[in-house]
Amino acid sequence: MADLSVRFAGLSLRNPFLLASGVWGESGDSLAGAWAAGAGGVITKSIGAVPRAGYPNPTIETYERWGLLNAMGLPNPGIGEYPREIEVAQRAGALVIGSVFAGDATEFARLARRMAATGVIAIELNLSCPHAEGFGTEVGSEPEDVEKIVRAVVAEVRVPVIAKITPNTSDPAGLASAAEAGGAAAVSAINTVRALAIDVHLRRPVLAHGLGGLSGAAIKPIGLACIWQIYEAVSIPIIGIGGIGSGQDALEYAMAGARAVEVGTAVAFDGISVFARLPRELAGLLDELGFARFEDAVGAAHTRV
Amino acid sequence: MVRYRRPVRTIVRVTDRVQETPSTVTLRFPYAPPALPGQFVMVWFPGDDELPMSLSYTDGPSKGITVKVMGETSRHVQSVAPGTQVGIRGPYGNRFDLSPRRILVVAGGSGAAVLAPAAEAARARGAEVTVALGATRASELLFRDRFRAMGARVEVATDDGSEGHAGFVTTVAESELARGEFEAVWTCGPEVMMRKVIAAAEPLGVPVHCSMERHMKCAIGMCDACALGPFHVCTDGPVFPAERLKGVPDFGRFHRDSSGRRVPF
Repeated sequence: MADLSVRFAGLSLRNPFLLASGVWGESGDSLAGAWAAGAGGVITKSIGAVPRAGYPNPTIETYERWGLLNAMGLPNPGIGEYPREIEVAQRAGALVIGSVFAGDATEFARLARRMAATGVIAIELNLSCPHAEGFGTEVGSEPEDVEKIVRAVVAEVRVPVIAKITPNTSDPAGLASAAEAGGAAAVSAINTVRALAIDVHLRRPVLAHGLGGLSGAAIKPIGLACIWQIYEAVSIPIIGIGGIGSGQDALEYAMAGARAVEVGTAVAFDGISVFARLPRELAGLLDELGFARFEDAVGAAHTRV
Repeated sequence: MVRYRRPVRTIVRVTDRVQETPSTVTLRFPYAPPALPGQFVMVWFPGDDELPMSLSYTDGPSKGITVKVMGETSRHVQSVAPGTQVGIRGPYGNRFDLSPRRILVVAGGSGAAVLAPAAEAARARGAEVTVALGATRASELLFRDRFRAMGARVEVATDDGSEGHAGFVTTVAESELARGEFEAVWTCGPEVMMRKVIAAAEPLGVPVHCSMERHMKCAIGMCDACALGPFHVCTDGPVFPAERLKGVPDFGRFHRDSSGRRVPF
């Protein structure tokens, strides 16, 4: 049986499948549930300085299995109350990565320090939410901003810092390079792809916020392309995100350059037990293809071009 | 396991608006997908919010929801008249197990909305149904006549004593449990009420099923808004056997607001 454990950026995980931020991450019990289901680690909902209700509904538009559109609007209980939830998950044994969002480098640094104090194994910076005014993509689209934010956070915390990169720009690899220059231990990509749903009967956008972000199988080829380009541009580890719902999807991301992957939308389609199925499928596929370890497949496709 | 069945939101026109009680309104609309008693739909009031609502009419192509016009819900429902367009997706969630032959239904306030179609389905299968129906006053007793019409025995409690027992519906439920041999209790209403119902039924060995409510956003088990201990009301519920709720400290004590903060009831 192929070895699925991964070591990168100072992290040591039992398998490469992480619960993506924004899914099952508002409560500690849910984080614990994803861990118990088999995730290699769990990433919290993106947490801000103060409680935030998010947008009114509709916040999602559902399609067939190919995708899901959302504009939740970064709802979260705020860093004041959220440590309680992390503690619940940690008591259940979960390896928790804390995701944070903020409007500028100073606020990011302050927030990251409070997040680090909860004992999370790493911090992921949400530099890429495509639909929140003043946050996410709005502070993470310019390489100088990304470098400045990462540098400010890295100076404040001892745990590895992961910069989550947006695909909604002409040069995601440039953003990843900026994160590397700022001292990031790793980058994760991609966040959702900016997208819109229209209802023809009502002649209006479906989501209350209008614009949202697309996730799921539809964006896998976009995610793979970003990982591919980022792998060529940086030497820090990459976490792949976008439409991963099978062991093969994960291996494709690995061959494009990812050392681990995040899984989100598949939870909506298949339930949390997807974290039991994915490692099983991946191990089977690695065996079939003659890989002794998952890590041996990282970047494997790059030698063929 | 693929549990993802009805992906697309459907825009329908409301056909009927029925004032059930001074504070409760039923909206009927055409929606063909089959639904089972206990399930809910997400109802979108375009230009405003989208809310989870239990189906009060599950049979056939004309579905219905029955909602208390108060707080957040009121501003949506008050503007809805026949012809108004609303968006429907679902049905979502699980259902009541209709196999018990002698059922006690305990409904507080608008809890009768989800319990009425379940009781109807049970009656259609030949079950004996007793309903303990509670409200603030006689005029607010939801679906009293509907329960009677389906052949259920209805025992009433009102806070002001304007009909039936003056006081809590749980008192009525307790005396029914003491004299009847029930195979199941179905309850929906304030969580404090449901906890009392469980406390009364448990020593007698009668299994209780509770229809639960939490703030909800995605309804497909993803966003975590409706987290209730280790469960999600949208995909693990909304109907929970009491024994699953016993280990959930938030049951009857805390819910979560739209930011995910735990807030006491």
